[in-house]
Amino acid sequence: MATQTPKVELRDIDLRYFTLEGETEALREFSLSVSPGEFVAIVGQSGCGKSTLLSLVAGILEPTDGDVLVNGAPVEGPSPLCGYMLQQDHLFEWRSILDNVVLGAEIQGLNRGDAIERAKTLLRGYGLGEFMDHFPHQLSGGMRQRAALARTLCTDPEILLLDEPFSALDFQTRLALSDEVSEILRREGKTVILVTHDISEAVSMADKVIVMTKRPGRVKAVHDIVFKETENGRPRPFEARSLEEFRNYFDQIWSELDIHVGN
Amino acid sequence: MSETDQEQNSTDDQAAVEAVDPSSPSPMYQSFLRRVRSRRKLILLTQFILVGLFFALWEIAPRYHWVNPVLTSYPSAIWATFLELLADTDNNIMTHTWVTVQETIVGFTLSMILGVGTAILLWWWDFLYRVVDPFMVVANALPKIALVPIFYIWLGDVASIYAMAVAIAVFITILMVYSGFRETDPNKVKLVRTLGANKHQILRKVVLPSNVPVMVAALKINVGLALVGVIVGEFQAAKAGLGHLIIYGSQVFQMTLVMTSISMLAIISTIMYLAIMYLENTVMRHHS
Repeated sequence: MATQTPKVELRDIDLRYFTLEGETEALREFSLSVSPGEFVAIVGQSGCGKSTLLSLVAGILEPTDGDVLVNGAPVEGPSPLCGYMLQQDHLFEWRSILDNVVLGAEIQGLNRGDAIERAKTLLRGYGLGEFMDHFPHQLSGGMRQRAALARTLCTDPEILLLDEPFSALDFQTRLALSDEVSEILRREGKTVILVTHDISEAVSMADKVIVMTKRPGRVKAVHDIVFKETENGRPRPFEARSLEEFRNYFDQIWSELDIHVGN
Repeated sequence: MSETDQEQNSTDDQAAVEAVDPSSPSPMYQSFLRRVRSRRKLILLTQFILVGLFFALWEIAPRYHWVNPVLTSYPSAIWATFLELLADTDNNIMTHTWVTVQETIVGFTLSMILGVGTAILLWWWDFLYRVVDPFMVVANALPKIALVPIFYIWLGDVASIYAMAVAIAVFITILMVYSGFRETDPNKVKLVRTLGANKHQILRKVVLPSNVPVMVAALKINVGLALVGVIVGEFQAAKAGLGHLIIYGSQVFQMTLVMTSISMLAIISTIMYLAIMYLENTVMRHHS
């Protein structure tokens, strides 16, 4: 039965923003279904309502019309089931790395001792064991984003919402970290929704890529991403980038995004 | 800017001269450090010379009657008056100074508490902010010194001084802290909201701690303004304090007494400023 219920489901979502200047239609009749353990990437041009989708799933925004379901139940406000990762790490500069990682547990009123133990395990796992008592400004961009991942996973959410989590990093760090993050999330069996404008990132990391239209955002195309299995299973994102299939997916999604340069 | 440029140039020159030397680059670095240090010493020395010249001129000009000594007094007379007042039991300068300091501390503490409290209230309840905003602008624009006589009549000689300190300092505190609260990084707020934070937690975990630098900046301005309020209040109302001493001195035309009080005021405001700088350095260590 569990496999029948989608982990995350959006049904016919309409979303409008109202200001005194007028109304903006961000999403129209948007539907999406994500199975447990699936890694879905959503690509679209800036301003197409990608991030809005994540806010809906996270429960910090209500749709104008339509239903948002997590584990088959309607979303009513933020829930510990979802972990959210933003473009920048937004670590609090007045807290040590360890204190930053336990922030979620603190807010949700979980046992502090357990949270600290879990945070320490996560940080050690990400090579940040020696930096727990450091402050964010003492860490590099990649280390900070890994600390942010630890903060997100510390409350053990089942669903991860990634809002362009690598876009603020330099290219090398970005490639290395997307490898690392996708491996961690797959190993822990998390359901992931990644929002990005980077087609390569989407194709190399996700099981399914959803292409969105310009505003109002709708589903334009859905691609199941399949690579030839290696002996280690699915190729790592870095390896995937050099495969034949990668280029085909890339070209197709590129043409669907309908990006005009210098027009 | 130009200072660092010059330091940069000096290292370049040094590099050109010593590049011939094949040994380690440390002599160049040492001479760089020497230049920086000697420049710092020169600045300090010039400052001391300026202070010395100022006091020397102040002493000599009245003595040779280049200026009227009754109008300007001179340092040696001020020092003598200071010692006199230090020994005086019922008109002791330290008592007057302490009164002023204590009034200032109470003044800026009150206006900090009131200011931050009001800012929290306005942040919490946007409707209230929209309603009171224009009134706040008027209250902030009004020269508060005009209220001194009213406060004296309403509140009497003690409370009117505190009221003056608070009136001068509190509005700018509210405006500064509130705008700091408003400009709290929306992504940090979004982050804690996704973690399930309620409004109270948003305030405690994000808004207040991220605005510590703003509150320290407000405190800095507060201390200065509270001191202004206290002195002005003492002009009108007080039986003690440096403001009272200044007014009294000018009424009996004892410029030496006035100058002594002003010197004392300069010293205590410097001490308070340094204390705040120290606090700032301690608190701001992780807010860079």
